[in-house]
Amino acid sequence: MSNLTTSEVKVNKSGQRIVSPDYLLFEAPREKFFMTGSEAVKEAVKRASVDASVSYPITPQSEAAHLIGELWVEGYVGVYFRGESEFGVMSEVAGCAMAGARTITTTSGPGTLRAFENFPMWAGTRIPVQLVLMARGVNSPLSIQPDNLEVGFLLDTGCMIWYAENAQDLFDMILAGFVVAEKPAVHVPVITVVDGFFVSHTREAIMIPPDDIALPPYDPTKAPMPVIDLEVPPGRFLRDPFVMKSNYISYATHASWQFEVRAAIERSRPYAKHYLRGLIEEFGNPEAEIVFVAAGTAASQAKEAVRLLKDEEGIEAKVVKLKTLRPFPYEELRASVKNAKYIFVPEFNVVGWMEREITKWLYGYSNATIIGAPRVAGGMTMPAEVIVKEVLNYVKES
Amino acid sequence: MSFKVYQINPELKDVMPQEIIDLEEKSTLNNPKRGVMDLPFYKELIEEHSLCAGCPEAAALRYIMASLPNPEDTIIVNSTGCTSLVFPHIAMHTVHSLFGNQNAVASGIKRVLEYRYPDRVKDVVVLAGDGATVDIGLDCTLQSFFRQEKITTICFDNEVYANTGGQESGMTPKGHVFKMAPKGKQFEKVPMWQLAIDSGCKYVARLTVSSPKRVESVIKKAVYVARYLGPTYVHLYTPCILEIGLNSDQGLEEMRARDKERFEFFEYITPEAQEVIDRVKAEGLL
Ligand SMILES: Cc1ncc(C[n+]2csc(CCOP(=O)(O)OP(=O)(O)O)c2C)c(N)n1
Ligand code: SF4
Ligand SMILES: [Mg+2]
Repeated sequence: MSNLTTSEVKVNKSGQRIVSPDYLLFEAPREKFFMTGSEAVKEAVKRASVDASVSYPITPQSEAAHLIGELWVEGYVGVYFRGESEFGVMSEVAGCAMAGARTITTTSGPGTLRAFENFPMWAGTRIPVQLVLMARGVNSPLSIQPDNLEVGFLLDTGCMIWYAENAQDLFDMILAGFVVAEKPAVHVPVITVVDGFFVSHTREAIMIPPDDIALPPYDPTKAPMPVIDLEVPPGRFLRDPFVMKSNYISYATHASWQFEVRAAIERSRPYAKHYLRGLIEEFGNPEAEIVFVAAGTAASQAKEAVRLLKDEEGIEAKVVKLKTLRPFPYEELRASVKNAKYIFVPEFNVVGWMEREITKWLYGYSNATIIGAPRVAGGMTMPAEVIVKEVLNYVKES
Repeated sequence: MSFKVYQINPELKDVMPQEIIDLEEKSTLNNPKRGVMDLPFYKELIEEHSLCAGCPEAAALRYIMASLPNPEDTIIVNSTGCTSLVFPHIAMHTVHSLFGNQNAVASGIKRVLEYRYPDRVKDVVVLAGDGATVDIGLDCTLQSFFRQEKITTICFDNEVYANTGGQESGMTPKGHVFKMAPKGKQFEKVPMWQLAIDSGCKYVARLTVSSPKRVESVIKKAVYVARYLGPTYVHLYTPCILEIGLNSDQGLEEMRARDKERFEFFEYITPEAQEVIDRVKAEGLL
């Protein structure tokens, strides 16, 4: 499908009617379904005119990968197979994307780490691959439980990092992810994160548009790097392999290329703002002095805590949910914590990478005390009561 | 078929470097009967190279580039190592992404091109060193054979990690002293050609690059069999003259010596591969 330009195509290769991203995301009638996060992945991919996907088993992402395989059997995905390891898979999807395919894959925890060398390579190669990351703990000891330490490792790979709170977010973000990542001015990979099990394996009500419409196919001829399909002049034909040489032109080229990848992520802001309806979401009393800043399930739990604090303690609070981490929504965050006295950063990992991010971006912009708590890991849950207790302890002490 | 992408817009011709104009006017692109005998007379697809003077890898690359039946319809996936220094000088679609992932990247490219262009010839060739193919990348290499990917894999075996300064590799013969094997290599040279056969390759060849005509014949067979049938593997001895202490004019001598022993010409052809070869021969392309 990707051989035709968007304006020439009325239906995609699977026979679905092609609609604009805005229509698919905002205007098409939606119906309510009860499904898991993994099933939401399938429904999103089904409407995304996906050309290729490569898979590898690891809990908790396996089911999503199986379901993409079913879509391949049903004719909704062009190329699908199981790779040899996550390292191989991430290189295989890179090949797929270089050859002009809209490409998606999924992984979790140890899989992410096994694949790691590929992520900066994806970004440097400027391919708009989408990775749905269902976060889980990393070894040792072995754990298959939810824990998002791996997301902290990924922050500086040059990929966009988005964080879905629930199955609904995940469905919408996968569709928006392709649209934003493939903008010629952006054209970098997008990693769409959800918390494993809490989202992948939990059934919830989600609203989805009909399945006979889909995103416009990817047009690789608009990519900033020549597509490797032999239909354009060889892009790598350089007289001089300067990047491999030990001279200042080579150093400057490598450095400026890395800056450009980061600049591309910055250029995604207006598109992401539009298709995600803002880079942050606020919940609770906008003027509250107690603010939770969180992403994913931690944001859901913080919302519950806001309700409990208000109903049971009469304390006003609010949640700032970050939908994107790269680009980091620092302007939105700074504006939203203007009244804050206490900023709590609840997260699902032991190192507190989210707290580090918040502290960095608010330095010099907020006088609030930033508290990296509560922090749970290794599969522990974060009941709203635990968050409330953390707040009460702190407020009482000070 | 894709030769048109090499054709220069006439309005820009006066600002194009001569070597690019020559590619359009004096190369053997768009002629599947091309071969190593054209080398002295036509524009080559390699524009200079930055390997050591006399490095047999350079000769091997020139022979291969001259022998590919459809370079305008061929993508070469490379890996890190001495060969990667040559790729920016090659007038073909080439990819370098990581060290050791070449067969995985090639698999993705090949499958998507078959999906996007089901009726067109788009050959995918992997070309990488022994470290890349047999050590760090062995998993991806063999798995692409298991999966029957329709790609040609060419290994430049110089029996050492040359680009990083001469360390022992799995392809180093037992007993050789290299860096990281200061007491001599403790285990046998990996029989990679045999692993390729056992892993499902349809055509396998082992040879030195002492005979350009033989390289041409092997490369053409490997590419055609991969195009129509499944994985093919070519194992070439391209000695690292620098690391084994030879002068720049001694590479050929070294290869001729090995022709008689551990790199004696060896070819494995499945019956179905033989059919492809016979058919292509009948068409006058071999
Ligand atoms: C992941 C990774 N590990 C190690 C290296 C370092 N490295 C670069 S080239 C090379 C040697 C390549 O050896 P080989 O594949 O035999 O090619 P040669 O240079 O001998 O032609 C090594 C070890 C790397 N680039 N990436
Ligand atoms: S180091 Fe060895 S393999 Fe590399 S270019 Fe020099 S001679 Fe050739
Ligand atoms: Mg080597």
